[in-house]
Amino acid sequence: MQINVNGKSKEVIDDLSVSALINSLNLQADQVVVELNRSILTSEQFSTAQLTAGDSLEIVQFVGGG
Amino acid sequence: MDQLTIAGRTFDSRLMVGTGKFSSNQAMVDAMVHSGSEIVTVALRRVDIDNPQDSLLSHIDRDRFLLLPNTSGARDAEEAVRLARLARAAGCEPWVKLEVTPDPYYLLPDPIETLKAAEMLVKEGFVVLPYMPADPVLAKHLEEAGTATVMPLGAPIGTNKGVRTRDHIAIIIEQANVPVVVDAGLGAPSHAAEAMEMGADAVLVNTALADTGDPAAMARAFRKGVEAGREAFLAGLGQQRQKAEASSPLTGFLRKD
Repeated sequence: MQINVNGKSKEVIDDLSVSALINSLNLQADQVVVELNRSILTSEQFSTAQLTAGDSLEIVQFVGGG
Repeated sequence: MDQLTIAGRTFDSRLMVGTGKFSSNQAMVDAMVHSGSEIVTVALRRVDIDNPQDSLLSHIDRDRFLLLPNTSGARDAEEAVRLARLARAAGCEPWVKLEVTPDPYYLLPDPIETLKAAEMLVKEGFVVLPYMPADPVLAKHLEEAGTATVMPLGAPIGTNKGVRTRDHIAIIIEQANVPVVVDAGLGAPSHAAEAMEMGADAVLVNTALADTGDPAAMARAFRKGVEAGREAFLAGLGQQRQKAEASSPLTGFLRKD
């Protein structure tokens, strides 16, 4: 199915959980924050939130800044 | 002991540092450690999913440094609030450096959107440290909205120009009932000392530490500058005069006549 991640279209398997997506991107769950369809997810929700076609995700992390 | 108090929390250091623009993670850590700082700012950005970078957090000792996420990148109140909420969801203490800068050339803070965002974030329970123009009237509005500090700029971000807004910062310091943190544009330890001599409660520095070839040394220098300025302020600076005032009596001279 097609989803949108950080402004880019991505083809993923059906019934993918957010935590599985994060793992597949070689990211660590405790280092990112995720917004699913403009709703911020708690870390507990990473494993329970199932993605569906057309979902839009923002995955952000801390970087250097002043 | 002369401590800085923000939102009921005390700190020994009056120097806050940013983590941006360093040539390496090691340079960033060197600056943080040698500055003696206890509060460090960070930003939030999209992960590059094609090329994910090592997380900044793995280099920052959370027992030693309070993480202060900023809302840099926000062009209006709505974007700033969204970033603050994301930072809080990352498990940070709900402290936020509110930064709303719609113009990328001068990166000046939008006073109207900053006040709007501050009001919303205070209501949501954030400890808000707003980056703002050196406008004494705006400082009062932000204080009334419940921000924990006011953070007037010395000069635009990254310009290293110093306390160019000196006269207005002096008014803010005189009138503020919350800590005043001079943030942005400080390029030299003497700038930081100047702000502290004026009575600022703290300063925030980033570019000056990242721009140098020796971040550890520059961080030590800034630490000394902040301490020197603060100590001078507490001691009480001498007044400026027009006419000379001799250091020794004008009598008892050994003269030829």
